Amino acid sequence: MEPYKNHTSVTALMNRNNVDTDQIVPKQFLKKVERTGFGAHLFHDWRFNPDGSDDLTFELNNPAFKGAKILVTGDNFGCGSSREHAPWAIADYGFNTIISTSFADIFYNNCFKNSILPLIVDEKKLQALMDEISSNEGVEFSVDLENQTVTTPAGNGFSFEVEAFRKHNMLNGLDDIGLSLAHEDKIFAFEEQQRQTMPWLWKIA
Amino acid sequence: MSKTMYEKIWESHLVHHEAGQAPLLYVDRHLMHEVTSPQAFEGLKMANRKVRNPHSILATLDHCVPTKDRDKPIADPVARKQVETMIANCKFHGLNLYDMDNPNNGVIHIVVPEHGFVHPGMVTVCGDSHTATHGAFGALAFGIGTSEVEHVMATQTLPQEKSKSMLIRVDGKLSEYCTAKDIALAVIGTIGTAGGNGHVIEFAGEAVRELSMEGRMTLCNMAIEAGARAGMVAPDQKTYDYLAGKEFAPSGDDWNLALNYWKSLPSDTDAVFDTTVVLQAADIAPQVSWGTSPEQVAPVSSTVPSPDSFGDNNKALACKSALDYMGLEAGTSITDIEIDYAFIGSCTNGRIEDFRAAAKVARGTTVAAGVTAIAVPGSYHVKLQAEEEGLDKIFLDAGWEWREPGCSMCLAMNGDELKEGERCASTSNRNFEGRQGKGGRTHLVSPAMAAAAAAAGKFVDISLAKAS
Repeated sequence: MEPYKNHTSVTALMNRNNVDTDQIVPKQFLKKVERTGFGAHLFHDWRFNPDGSDDLTFELNNPAFKGAKILVTGDNFGCGSSREHAPWAIADYGFNTIISTSFADIFYNNCFKNSILPLIVDEKKLQALMDEISSNEGVEFSVDLENQTVTTPAGNGFSFEVEAFRKHNMLNGLDDIGLSLAHEDKIFAFEEQQRQTMPWLWKIA
Repeated sequence: MSKTMYEKIWESHLVHHEAGQAPLLYVDRHLMHEVTSPQAFEGLKMANRKVRNPHSILATLDHCVPTKDRDKPIADPVARKQVETMIANCKFHGLNLYDMDNPNNGVIHIVVPEHGFVHPGMVTVCGDSHTATHGAFGALAFGIGTSEVEHVMATQTLPQEKSKSMLIRVDGKLSEYCTAKDIALAVIGTIGTAGGNGHVIEFAGEAVRELSMEGRMTLCNMAIEAGARAGMVAPDQKTYDYLAGKEFAPSGDDWNLALNYWKSLPSDTDAVFDTTVVLQAADIAPQVSWGTSPEQVAPVSSTVPSPDSFGDNNKALACKSALDYMGLEAGTSITDIEIDYAFIGSCTNGRIEDFRAAAKVARGTTVAAGVTAIAVPGSYHVKLQAEEEGLDKIFLDAGWEWREPGCSMCLAMNGDELKEGERCASTSNRNFEGRQGKGGRTHLVSPAMAAAAAAAGKFVDISLAKAS
């Protein structure tokens, strides 16, 4: 995983609630066996006209949001399917930070595996951020993961919470699996005990 | 100290927990399908890691498989490669795969219970949000992403923060025209699609206890549509009877040992939940979703709501946008909504009980002119059982298509899909825009409602129809 670095970036606005993973990557793109290249399919059904050209009414096709790394969006972002293709597409498209009032659980977890920082703010703050973008399209926000702050030109900045281990992993681009395997002795011990107390769990033909 | 069932299972699976790190949870069973696993296998290979406990995995092919002409190769080369990749990966790692021509093949969340692979008290995961289904057995079962699939294969554990607990109690008896699906939709309509975020839901109350195991699976299956990490129902005699004698269920002395453990799992009577929601079963009518989110649902006897009827501005905007997409006008009676398609199947409603309920309604009817109706059993076992009972004939005589098992039109990855603007009465779980095909319009309903709608060409108040 790529380490997450502090940055100042164009911030895009997508003022929609309950954006589901079927919209983030429609199912016709889930047949690939690779992890790469999903950015081209991000929000496919909203982003493109039937002839394949850009649908200029779609928020992210706004030229002011070109190159955006931060996305500000509505409640319950990423609901629906567990498909990690959704964060793969978001990261591949170029976003590394999403700000909303809430995220669906599986999507939220998936973000941290892909160096995407999902940040939760309250409704009032979200509205202030949305207003700032609307009145100054192309505005750049700054994210500092080390100090857990976001700053904006109009002073709508905020501090955010993130679990210490997630922050550590993201800043250092650490492989979660390696960290769990560091406890392999405890996994062995757990299994040994389970074999004794719940032998039926281990008898599978 | 009194504990919830979720807490008991959580604590008994904690491998390690230290300050500054996520708790490490042990995973007993890992379910797989072709869509969310290839990149995980690739990751294992690149890191030169092995599958730690191959016996903990059961895999199937379901999302991309055709539901007709199964003897021919899969037409879509990208889907075919995904299926071939799954077969190769399972072979390489020695995993139990119910391949397309295996008599056990079917939708993952249908075949797993059929073989007794998940028991009460187990921690079960799958790269699929509908893993919540298996909570019906009093297991902690939840969906994970592909990175986590790789993590579980390599370590048999997952770093997991503990969720909050929510009790949803459905008191009293359900009307005979309502099913587990109607409870699920009514619950989501009540708490919203984000209502369960951060929670594990335990479903309880008389109406839930009265459900069959199939019904409990339908209910837990849709916990994810309420935003919950998992849904669960305490195990009881129905659970034990269902599991007894199944291929992967414990037997002999182990059965009694397991049974003792299972009986210790239900939440203590004075256990405290973070949130409690109580519904009266008598208030639940047959449900039909009218929008593009599973919370946009209404009793069949009512009308399509107006954006003005929502106090909340966000909900009003969502309603307006949903009505535009769905091509519906506020105030239209739900029973005046005409359909082009009916679909019975999916991990939500693809079990034998679902086809029995639908066949009861479909018997002697004819699918309305202009309506295409497809019945897709959740597995070959469901298909065979239905055929033994003559249900296939009832559907075929009524003008339904009787297909091979698979996820089919629930998410339309396999070519079974709606065309732009087509409207479907569907027993699946999501009515998101484009879910059943770009521009397709999905109404979530129970199997009985889908069968009634197919015959009438529009939704029907089945309680009135029966009464007359």
